[in-house]
Amino acid sequence: MEENTLYTVTVYSENQVGLLNQVSIIFTRRNLNIWSLSVSSSAIEGIHKFTIACRTSKAMIEKVVKQIEKRIDVIKAFYYTDDDIIYQEIALYKVPTDKLLECGEFEELVRKHNAKILEMNSTFTVIQKSGHCQETTALFNDLNRYGVLQFVRSGRVAITKSKVEHVTNFIEEQEIRRIHNARENEKSIVE
Amino acid sequence: MDTINGSEALIKSLIAEGVKTIFGYPGGQIIPVFDKLYSYKDKVNHILVRHEQGAVHAAQGFARVSGEPGVVIVTSGPGATNVLTGVADAMIDSTPLVVITGQVPAPLLGSDSFQETDVVGVTLPITKWSYQIRKPEEIAWAVARAFYIAKSGRPGPVVLDFPKDVQIGNVDFEYKKCDYIRSYQPNPIIDYKSISQAASMINGAKKPFLIFGQGIILSHAEQELKDFIEKSGIPCACTLLGLSALASDFKQFKGMVGMHGNLGPNKKTNECDVLIAVGMRFDDRVTSDVNTYAKQAKIIHIDIDPSEIGKNIPVEIGILGNAKDVLNLLIEKVDSSDHSNWSEEFDALNAIENEKVTLPETKPESGYLNMGEIVDKVSQATANSAIIVTDVGQNQMMAARYSKFTITRSLITSGGLGTMGFGLPAAIGAKIASPEREVCFFTGDGGIQMTLQELGTIMQENTAVKIIVLNNNWLGMVRQWQELFFNERYSETRMVNPDFVKLAEAYGIKAETVGKREEIDDAIKRMIDHKGAYLLNVNVVENGMVFPMIPGGKCVSKMMLSTKEWY
Repeated sequence: MEENTLYTVTVYSENQVGLLNQVSIIFTRRNLNIWSLSVSSSAIEGIHKFTIACRTSKAMIEKVVKQIEKRIDVIKAFYYTDDDIIYQEIALYKVPTDKLLECGEFEELVRKHNAKILEMNSTFTVIQKSGHCQETTALFNDLNRYGVLQFVRSGRVAITKSKVEHVTNFIEEQEIRRIHNARENEKSIVE
Repeated sequence: MDTINGSEALIKSLIAEGVKTIFGYPGGQIIPVFDKLYSYKDKVNHILVRHEQGAVHAAQGFARVSGEPGVVIVTSGPGATNVLTGVADAMIDSTPLVVITGQVPAPLLGSDSFQETDVVGVTLPITKWSYQIRKPEEIAWAVARAFYIAKSGRPGPVVLDFPKDVQIGNVDFEYKKCDYIRSYQPNPIIDYKSISQAASMINGAKKPFLIFGQGIILSHAEQELKDFIEKSGIPCACTLLGLSALASDFKQFKGMVGMHGNLGPNKKTNECDVLIAVGMRFDDRVTSDVNTYAKQAKIIHIDIDPSEIGKNIPVEIGILGNAKDVLNLLIEKVDSSDHSNWSEEFDALNAIENEKVTLPETKPESGYLNMGEIVDKVSQATANSAIIVTDVGQNQMMAARYSKFTITRSLITSGGLGTMGFGLPAAIGAKIASPEREVCFFTGDGGIQMTLQELGTIMQENTAVKIIVLNNNWLGMVRQWQELFFNERYSETRMVNPDFVKLAEAYGIKAETVGKREEIDDAIKRMIDHKGAYLLNVNVVENGMVFPMIPGGKCVSKMMLSTKEWY
């Protein structure tokens, strides 16, 4: 059977219109399902970061990452397994307030799951929980005994266990290239 | 600094990039650009094609011969969608193109207005870069970036979508060429360690074999390749798009690999101990079954595109870099060797192919005319120095197999996409890029009819291309597969054809039909001697087939020499 691992792909890109489309079509071409996706700015100004989780083989994810990186406006792309990264998701649950109050284990539930109450009124209560997928699912299962009205889970966000953003080296190399080009141009103008 | 409108800024930007030839077709959403083009007629030559697909294939032919990006200007909507086939073709064959498409004014974008298509959306997967210019101030920047991206690294097509309000808006024009994009590294930094590893692997090899592709031509590495081959003593072969990078009669050149390639290089792929692949991408028409491809060999893959390394075939050593630079470094490190015994094994196999396939195809004594025979005669009549353009199918494989080359950039063909209809406009572009050279275009009765309207462009531009229709009244390659693999069920491959001579004559192109062996030499001579365009319709054998052949998905070490014989 084909190896099947959950990989987390991080893509660093310029902030251009249509970038998401450029990245996602590479998964589409290979008939790969994106398990979760989130996009935000990175620690480096002007550079955006995609975090994409996808279940596939190592050989496939390697090819996909190279093809993503080939897009002009993509600066760099990497892939990781769960061991390489610290990752988190956030989930929101909307539950009927009367059911929660009747159940008698509301406080225990909140404590056990280290959840947070964002809003509570006479009709519904909104609870927030961040954690790994299994953890947010566990709270869902507990709450669903009282009927979850709405549930949403964010895409995974991840940072690597290394000291800096992995893209930094590449940007430094490129900066050297830019300065070199500019000097060559000056030389040719003088000549 | 001058204040000019966006259309003029576009034309001035193109001129700043050295553009002298544009292939295009006007339409509603690009009229302002054509209006300004009218004022720059003395600087830019616009070739008016008959269909936008013709413009893009002509630009491809132009780019492949000249090495400069082909430039296309078309209108929005149908104008833009009509260029898609050529853009996809250029993407897969690494051809530099800058395609400018008109677009509806920005306020109408997204409203399904007349002749609106989401051009950036549809071209994203088939371009190296696709961008909509949103302000007149962006024009110079976008054009500079487009040319830099199209030409540098692994070349490819760029599409610039140009809304009408941007075409007529004013801008203070200043042009600066682009040579740096932060997110783009066109020339990977060469890893010297991998060069040393590759050199010692090559030096230790008993049966090394090199396959090169178009990367040699794109990086101008013809001389470096020759020097490397001569010093190392390694026999070599090429892919379809690598043809003409080395002269056909170069001693260590053993022919073409792939489905209809030569027996020697295909079989030896599965016998060599070190396989050096330079500027090629292990396409499935080269490898056939990847699970049996060169399993015994250690593979060194040299390519400028990181995504190609290990994409189709796992490799021992991947060297990122421009073929020219990498070969230059490798030449220093490889030992002078003599692999003539090993090299002669290729010749022995090719001799079998010559006897069983090539001679009967090119030098028959009786029967109908063969396609290969015509190609061979045209090649001789042009002293093996013409630019050969092909369409797709049997005509293409015959032209590739039986043309001899002495000059680089002399085979213009649609390799990766296999676009029927590519040939006629590409031949026009090739001739415009290199008017002093003979351009001979081999096509079939099917392929020529896919872009036949471009005979009008030939008439208007007086483009002296020589068109050879290898006419068998069939869609020959599909017919061949139906005969071999579909129980001779000839579904929709029989063609009832027009009189091609009359058609050509309607466009003022001199033409004749031949069908007899004794007439063919004189007819070819008349065609070559004629100063202008010429169409030679050759009635060839109906059930001709291209051999040898590796049937799709089979192993490269066993080729069909005929319907009955395998080797």
